[in-house]
Amino acid sequence: MTTTWEPVIGLEIHVQLKTETKMFCRCRNGFGGEPNSQTCPVCLAFPGALPVPNRRAIEETIKLGLALDCAIAERAVFHRKNYFYPDNPKAYQISQYDEPLCAEGHLDVPTSDGVTRIGITRAHLEEDAAKNVHVAASGRIHGATATLVDFNRCGTPLVEIVTEPDLHDADTAKRFLQLLRQTVVELGLSDAELEHGSMRFDVNVSVRPAGSDELRTRTELKNMNSFNFAAKGIEREIARQIRIYEAGGVVDQETLHFDPAHEESPPMRSKEEAQDYRYFPEPDLVPVEPGAELVERLRGEIGELPGARISRISETLSFYDADVLVTGGLDRLWAAVVAAGADPKDAANVLANQFVATGIDPGAVDAGELAKLVAARTDIPRASFDEALAKVGDPGFRADPYLAERVVADTAELDPIIERIIEANSGQAEQYRSGKHGLLGFFVGQVMKETGGSADPRVVNERVRALLG
Amino acid sequence: MTVDTLRLSAEEANRLVTQGEVSSDELYRAYLDAIGERDPELHAFLYVCENDPGEGIPIAIKDVIGTRGIPTTAGSKILESYVPVYDATVIANCRKRGLRVIGKTNTDEFAMGSSTENSAFGPSHNPWDPTRVPGGSGGGSAAAVSAGLAPWALGSDTGGSIKQPAALCGHVGLRPTYGTVSRYGVVAFASSLDQVGPVARNVRDCAFLYSVISGRDTNDSTTVDVPRVELPTADDLKGLRIGVPKEMNGAEGIESGVTAAVQSALERAESLGASVEECSLPRSVDYGVACYYLIAPAEASANLARYDGVRYGLRDDGADFREMVMRTRDAGFGDEPKRRIMIGAYALSAGYYDAYYGTAQKVRTVIKREHDELFERFDVLVSPTSPTVAFPIGAKIDDPVAMYMNDVLTIPSCMAGLPGMNIPCGLSEGLPVGLQLIGPQFGENTIFRAGHALEQAIGFDVVPERLR
Repeated sequence: MTTTWEPVIGLEIHVQLKTETKMFCRCRNGFGGEPNSQTCPVCLAFPGALPVPNRRAIEETIKLGLALDCAIAERAVFHRKNYFYPDNPKAYQISQYDEPLCAEGHLDVPTSDGVTRIGITRAHLEEDAAKNVHVAASGRIHGATATLVDFNRCGTPLVEIVTEPDLHDADTAKRFLQLLRQTVVELGLSDAELEHGSMRFDVNVSVRPAGSDELRTRTELKNMNSFNFAAKGIEREIARQIRIYEAGGVVDQETLHFDPAHEESPPMRSKEEAQDYRYFPEPDLVPVEPGAELVERLRGEIGELPGARISRISETLSFYDADVLVTGGLDRLWAAVVAAGADPKDAANVLANQFVATGIDPGAVDAGELAKLVAARTDIPRASFDEALAKVGDPGFRADPYLAERVVADTAELDPIIERIIEANSGQAEQYRSGKHGLLGFFVGQVMKETGGSADPRVVNERVRALLG
Repeated sequence: MTVDTLRLSAEEANRLVTQGEVSSDELYRAYLDAIGERDPELHAFLYVCENDPGEGIPIAIKDVIGTRGIPTTAGSKILESYVPVYDATVIANCRKRGLRVIGKTNTDEFAMGSSTENSAFGPSHNPWDPTRVPGGSGGGSAAAVSAGLAPWALGSDTGGSIKQPAALCGHVGLRPTYGTVSRYGVVAFASSLDQVGPVARNVRDCAFLYSVISGRDTNDSTTVDVPRVELPTADDLKGLRIGVPKEMNGAEGIESGVTAAVQSALERAESLGASVEECSLPRSVDYGVACYYLIAPAEASANLARYDGVRYGLRDDGADFREMVMRTRDAGFGDEPKRRIMIGAYALSAGYYDAYYGTAQKVRTVIKREHDELFERFDVLVSPTSPTVAFPIGAKIDDPVAMYMNDVLTIPSCMAGLPGMNIPCGLSEGLPVGLQLIGPQFGENTIFRAGHALEQAIGFDVVPERLR
């Protein structure tokens, strides 16, 4: 008898808020900047410095909580999480523990078979750590002789979102992450750029015999910096655990660090050390008590969320197209282009394939002009279409000059021109007819010149040959 | 004109300067001279400023309060080389009023102690008897004000560090209501208890200095708006309802001379028109010290964790980060911070949190409630500040629990976040006895009024006998 295995997956996501200032001080919150140029006594943990919470960050966390259908705490508390590390200057991180701002929510993830509801255990606010830079003569981590610390990131606001172990396959996990990212970006809370680390996530994976409700030992996958990589990592880990169980072994609780640069290399392992963070309420801060009025105001600022839009657009397009448009942040432009007269399916194809490759901000595009391009896309040279699309986000962009490059393939339009050219070059025409077929190119060239290059060369060749014939 | 710093109040010093009878510089130099003359014996100062800018009168600052460009050690080797890059809010407030820092005063390491014997730089001495302690942790500020080395000073009080030294050195010290004075820039010991407060020669100076340093601060989110401070003038106590908690007046270990001086002060209060009635704070006194010695060390264990040798202060190198931190902290901290860090880390650890830190927090709520109930019937509560007069240097240094019990009378109201002020009320065996006035939350004006009237009636001479 063979066992069917059911994977159990939970996610822990960190999203860096793009507030003007840091979480507990007035330093600028921004990526880049000379090392340690965005620091002050508070984020460097000088003696006597005290944290003052960033109101904006609290409001944005509440907003995210509302978007995830969480209950917003009437009284939330910051805690100190104690541990020594060079990137943690106070030797405690101000975080939240048993009284987080947002709890018990969910995110509905549309899939091709309907909607999968993923429980959100909690979403809380904390401060980010600094960046350790390990240096050696070679400039590589290996053999590092010193650690430098850049405190620019230290103290920037970070929201931690923890899901219930409600995910059972890698693809849904990936869709969840994409949808969450899009939600966060649309709410204006974060750039959520994986490559800059403004969105990071860890994945907990275990497997169990299908139909059982036990929770077996889980492993934690870290260092996942792309959604596809996460999906691959999850699949590999599920397969690894199943192999272990089927060989009669046990899965150890451990953290697996995947190196995205070396997909095939085995994961680095570190044994889970039961660390005691000695959490206690942060005495330098008073509890956060968001009033009902504030919560309702923030609720009013949330528009139709991406998940709902995927479901709605799936009624017009395929689920796949709807998903790509929404999680790519393209569906609002799509709707506008369709409203301007473009075919829904054509518009989706152009946006999801060619447009997305241009990297143009959808917000900068005039939908009416793009609709014209979409409608004419099979009528103009491919090169012209690509050129037009690359400029579609430019201020004052007009489609008309490109539409004028429509390819002329209509013989009714071409024949009179060809006849006129043959007549005007009767000498060459005679030579051609007497066997000097190399002159064909001369006539084609004349026609192309006459039509300003808009004639379809294939059709011109064919007609010149026929009319000289 | 020669300035007698031993007898000069801050109010009078300020009058001399503003009316041009003495220049700010002359006054500053007079205090520097006094320091030069008497501090070698007292060791009240860890650092003396040559010429701090300003146009007003001098002030001495406890060395846990950060001063830009002026070393701030908190009495610890781990901060021996540390010079702050910013002023604490209380210092900025003092500077706005033209006050000039004359020096940084000695303290038990990180304000942990009741005698200044825990200072990494050696103890301070009591101006009334240099073989005795000045109290602690703010013994340096107390000795400085008592011996005329500064007209007034700032201290910090976590469980009695302003009130108890004021009692042992015979002057006035206020621990304000928690949240009325900014902690920004003050080296943290126990964040939910630390309060900066004034150390002065009389109640009016104390009230004035409180008005300078108090108020909401955008850099300390635990601060609040503070009622306007009224400088006390009345000589009577008509209508004042004084409660005398029996557990705090009959506690074990209170010296008879202390009881006698406080009793006589209470009789004076009655003759000034106050009503005096016995009351009770049973659990506050029984559990206050135990509760304090869980909460304060727990918070300290986290607050002192930042001294890791990475960014400032002492660094003792090691093979890796962990070893460097361990060696730095071993070399930099004295026994008392180490003891409290260990107690605190233990009280917070998984499996013990509920039994220790969690229970202590609940008891703290009970203590608060017990005090609140009494303030429905009374305007102020009165007890001795310290169970004993100043004790000899070395007498309790090897017995931490005996040292901790020094604070049995000051701790309960600190745990409740309430204001408390010491005024001298007499002598016992030739040494000052302190009387503690505890008020309700934001009840500073009531305390000032009561303290001022009693001070006038008692007529205690704050100048140490041997210096007169």
